[in-house]
Amino acid sequence: MNTIVMTTIALTLISAAFALLLTIADRTVGNYGEVKLTINDDNEYIVEGGSSLLSTLIEEKVFIPSACGGKGTCGYCKVKVHEGGGPVLATETPFMTKEELEDDVRLSCQCKVKQDIKIEIPEELFNVKEYEATVESIIDLTTVIKLLRIRLPEGQEMSFKAGQYVQLKAPLYEGNSEEVYRAYSIASSPLEKGYIDLVIGYVPEGVATTYVHQHLKEGDEIHINGPYGDFYYQDNDREMVMVAVGTGVAPVLSILNYMKSMDIQRKARFYFGAKTPDDLFMLDYFKELEETLSDFKFIPCLSRVDEKSDWDGFRGRVNNALDQYIEDGDNKEGYLCGNEPMINSVVESLTKKGIPEELIYFDKF
Amino acid sequence: MLEISPFVIFIASIFTNNMILSNFLGMCSFIAVSKEIPTAFGLGQAVTIVLAITSIFNYLLYEYVLIPLGLEYLRFIVFIVSIAASVQLLEMVMERFLPNLYYALGIFLPLITVNCAILGVSLFMIIREYSFIQSVAFSIGSGIGWTLAIVAMAGIRKRLETAPIPKGLEGPGITLIITGLMAMAFIGFSGIVQIQ
Repeated sequence: MNTIVMTTIALTLISAAFALLLTIADRTVGNYGEVKLTINDDNEYIVEGGSSLLSTLIEEKVFIPSACGGKGTCGYCKVKVHEGGGPVLATETPFMTKEELEDDVRLSCQCKVKQDIKIEIPEELFNVKEYEATVESIIDLTTVIKLLRIRLPEGQEMSFKAGQYVQLKAPLYEGNSEEVYRAYSIASSPLEKGYIDLVIGYVPEGVATTYVHQHLKEGDEIHINGPYGDFYYQDNDREMVMVAVGTGVAPVLSILNYMKSMDIQRKARFYFGAKTPDDLFMLDYFKELEETLSDFKFIPCLSRVDEKSDWDGFRGRVNNALDQYIEDGDNKEGYLCGNEPMINSVVESLTKKGIPEELIYFDKF
Repeated sequence: MLEISPFVIFIASIFTNNMILSNFLGMCSFIAVSKEIPTAFGLGQAVTIVLAITSIFNYLLYEYVLIPLGLEYLRFIVFIVSIAASVQLLEMVMERFLPNLYYALGIFLPLITVNCAILGVSLFMIIREYSFIQSVAFSIGSGIGWTLAIVAMAGIRKRLETAPIPKGLEGPGITLIITGLMAMAFIGFSGIVQIQ
């Protein structure tokens, strides 16, 4: 009996002594104090040193994609470390190409923050945040397209550029066994801080669209993250040629709303393509914008309109409208959002008119 | 045993009583990490450092804690705990003060925690009733001996890359056979000194 008690006590004490020693070491030797983390040259954070770059960034609410959770097995969490990252470790090299190694790319889960450190991440990632938002309202725009207004959590806001998109999480529901994220362009102006609007069309058997159209109710909680994307309003004086079909209207709406609230005096034309009058939506709003914006024209185009109908707008596809209405490509730039065939044919029409390809911005879906 | 000079123990533990080649301890990392000379040398260095530190640690622990309390039978478990703790400690200290060495050794340090040569050295010095100085000489010598063996093996395996090895013997198979041949060759050293 005595032996058992003695053994237990001795072992416990010895283990405790080692644990204490390691804790002290961690607090003294492993304590790197506060260090300065600089992201993309102009964002500085004072952070606690000693942990991995990935967890330090998450602590600062900067989200770097990582599938494995920092174990160094997925290779997604790459960032550029310009100063203070130490040498590349053997655990990182299998994930790196030669160019990346020369470019200071590191796996942020392996690189430790021990001194002042300077890193570079894509600007869009820097802005990305996760929001637990609520659905404020759902409005039917057409029979298959809904407008969602999503209220962001109290005190939080999303800073995005007009034209960018967010990802919406479709949770598990009856008939869906996998959580997925789908991208939707923001339709509201970046200046409206408390909420964002999304225009979501119904795609038969689409996981996220089915969720939005058949399961989501006003007041429900919804998970979104963003903003993402390099399709956004460019600040210059060129005439804007905007073309959208279906839900592609969303980023155009965002850009127009932004121009309205900033009172931007810029020549802009918006070609809204659809098949039948039933596919068009928010016509009154666009007509109203023609009045409020200084030089804006709204050109709805219907490709399958009945001969006998009283439709007084353009008859034909959007690219036919462009061929007819645009005189030349001088001092113009294009903003296109829609499906791939539409984008391809419109890009072709616009380049024919003389708009250089690098001035045609598009968002394909 | 007490009268053997620490220097003799040091030499003996490198050549005649080599941890790998006469005791076959630390085989797993010996086989796994002996593909390239630089990494083999890195692991050898790490083993040597950890051996020196843990043997000092374990010697003091055994002599001044376990013996007075009459708990010698706990040495296995206590040694393992102390090896794990000292590797962890060493890692922290090196990361802070010797970053270059830390990065050079890299992932090998934590790997050493489970290297049985480390536990073997601590147990041998107790069984053979070495004094403190003898233990230190023995542990450093063993570390150098282990490094010598793994670097030699890495050199041989480099040559083997172009050798026509039967399919079934590639990798660990041929490595074990070579280890046996090396062990026999090392018997040639036994004339120099003998400590057992």
